[in-house]
Amino acid sequence: MTERLSGGEMLIRALQDEGVEYVFGYPGGAALHIYDAVFKQQRIEHILVRHEQAATHMADGYARSTGKPGVVLVTSGPGATNAITGLATAFMDSTPIIVISAQVPNEVIGTDAFQETDMVGVSRPVVKHSYMVKSADEIPRIVKEAFYIASSGRPGPIVIDIPKDTTDPNETFDYDYPETVSLRSYSPATRGHGGQIRKAVAALMKAKRPVIYTGGGIVQGEAGDMLTAIARKLGFPVTNTLMGLGGYPGTDRQFLGMLGMHGTFEANMAMHQADLIFAAGARFDDRVTNNPTKFAPDAKVIHVDIDPAAISKIVNADIPIVGPVSEVLTEMARLIDAALDEDPERLDRAAIDAWWQRIDGWRLKHGLDHDQRHRAGTNGAMLPQHVIQAVYRATEGKAYVTSDVGQHQMFAAQYYKFDAPRRWINSGGLGTMGFGLPAAMGVQFAHPHDTVACITGEGSFMMNMQELSTCMQYALPIKVVNLNNQALGMVKQWQDMQYGGRHSHSTYRDALPDFKALAESFGHVAYRVDDLAELDGVMADTFGPKHKDDLVFIDAHIDPDEHVYPMAIKGGSMADMVLEREPGRDDIREDV
Amino acid sequence: MRRLLAILLENEAGALSRVVGLFAQRNYNIETLTVAPTEDSTLSRITLLTYGDADRIEQITKHLNRLIEVVKVVDLTDGDHIEREIMLIKFRAVGEGRAEAKRVSDVFRGQIVDMTADAYTVQLTGPSEKLDAFIAALGDTAILEVVRSGVSGIGRGEKILSL
Repeated sequence: MTERLSGGEMLIRALQDEGVEYVFGYPGGAALHIYDAVFKQQRIEHILVRHEQAATHMADGYARSTGKPGVVLVTSGPGATNAITGLATAFMDSTPIIVISAQVPNEVIGTDAFQETDMVGVSRPVVKHSYMVKSADEIPRIVKEAFYIASSGRPGPIVIDIPKDTTDPNETFDYDYPETVSLRSYSPATRGHGGQIRKAVAALMKAKRPVIYTGGGIVQGEAGDMLTAIARKLGFPVTNTLMGLGGYPGTDRQFLGMLGMHGTFEANMAMHQADLIFAAGARFDDRVTNNPTKFAPDAKVIHVDIDPAAISKIVNADIPIVGPVSEVLTEMARLIDAALDEDPERLDRAAIDAWWQRIDGWRLKHGLDHDQRHRAGTNGAMLPQHVIQAVYRATEGKAYVTSDVGQHQMFAAQYYKFDAPRRWINSGGLGTMGFGLPAAMGVQFAHPHDTVACITGEGSFMMNMQELSTCMQYALPIKVVNLNNQALGMVKQWQDMQYGGRHSHSTYRDALPDFKALAESFGHVAYRVDDLAELDGVMADTFGPKHKDDLVFIDAHIDPDEHVYPMAIKGGSMADMVLEREPGRDDIREDV
Repeated sequence: MRRLLAILLENEAGALSRVVGLFAQRNYNIETLTVAPTEDSTLSRITLLTYGDADRIEQITKHLNRLIEVVKVVDLTDGDHIEREIMLIKFRAVGEGRAEAKRVSDVFRGQIVDMTADAYTVQLTGPSEKLDAFIAALGDTAILEVVRSGVSGIGRGEKILSL
């Protein structure tokens, strides 16, 4: 017998039927019928956040670390608009989150009612798709479609806007959750074009200076193993984008590190000198290519992506392949095996060996340790790189690491070596400060027994630090590592390098809180460390059994003058990088 | 490059705004746009005139296809096709000018659909250039009001745009 449920109950039941474990949300007037339905059930745990933006990042962290859509529930008006930054963050990084926003009742829509906002309109540019529920009986179908669209093809965020009257507990309907979705206008590619794949394999076989360049698509598309298998068969160097870290083992010899604006010297040089670039699940972002007209002048480009619009958008693809990376790479691996079985000498091994010699030369000359080997910070201060390396050692490279946005994000990406996908979680596309802590919370909910570290800076952290209260409520044992340089470090770095050292509004003039006391006031454990000699001890306590069940906040006071290098030179090619502090160029500083 | 796109999309609230929003978000240009339901009332058809080089048009097409409610996109300018636009134009017609205006309208196969003692309203259908030419042919005549529909287009021959 089909059950009779109200709109609000159907919504929650549909979420249950989708296997949702957590809903991150915040109640309010228009959402109260839904919240009553939440109250009356046990299967989904609702997490009460302190700000709706944080809810979206929690759902995002949950989604990125599991591959399953994260779910957010907010009220109308400000509840909905507070979710916009999180939607835009998820949109830019193609992660599946579903934001359910309550709306004022249908009969008052358009009258500037209390807490009314046109959520579908406001969110339109930053969603993959959105729905406005017109009547309650649409709810099961809309939820089904929303989950399907969010997580298929190129994933992305979905908004479901639900007017209060459609959740009325006094009106009930037959509940029947659809088993399938039928959308005539949406059919993401399920496999790549066979002819194109054969062409790509033929090009790989002929390459003399190849680079495999992969991005977030490998992580989202569960293609890490296939990528690794192909790279090993071919013996080609691999570089990952900021979003793609962990898609290929970070400690592997064939890994060149991250590429792009703050990528390694060897990765950027290899890209620039390559005769073949095999791009998979990457989108030639401007932070990767630098000036696209000077991009890899000798390279033929193979580009695999699920989204046709990502192909030839910035850099023309000579061999475009539209399809899911996992399927395409599997088929390519099969063809590569067949080709090498037939003739093991098909690859130009001599040329590739010579290529590796050049790459190793670049590595030796300007590896990431180059700078640190020669110096400690100003007056022996702790460098941010030291802190990341200490986190790496203490967690044995196995933690889930979230970050915020800025210098600390780049240091984390450079110095924490990710050997598995979905371990590195950051806002790459939108660059959302305030992402790190709530994202870490979403990850910790999804992986209660794993170590979750949030590497942040004091600027980013203060954008969502109210969530320390939520962490207290749900006893989340996150480890927060605050790289405290008492400034908006990346802004300051640009001002040092491009604005004559004029630090326009990038410091706070001694207006920072005592972070240790702040964290402790929420019942958490906190350390302050500014001495390199104490660092490993603090890390051992933090990540060891002593504080297994505690949120630990490390306020690490680092050299405030450190810059991130390498750094791409604006308007240049990928080979144009500033590699270290150049006297006279970027050391002009005004004392604060 | 002048390009005429035919877009089939779900006839649902909000679908058109996604198409128009896309052009604004990605800095594409809409020269003219017409939209109405098709013989299948679940579908609407847009004819959209835009300008751009081949790369730009490829991106526009791909991004349109990425919209969930867009069912099909065809660049009509890729092949033989027919374009029509309708114009309603009201202009001053007094004294000797009245007869001349009538003659010009006849030459362009325009129909006078309304008149007063001082003005004619002419309906004119054809490719956009013809409508432009008519306005030019009116010369010094004082034009009071012009309403143009924007271009509608359809492929020639057996080719049809369907699901």
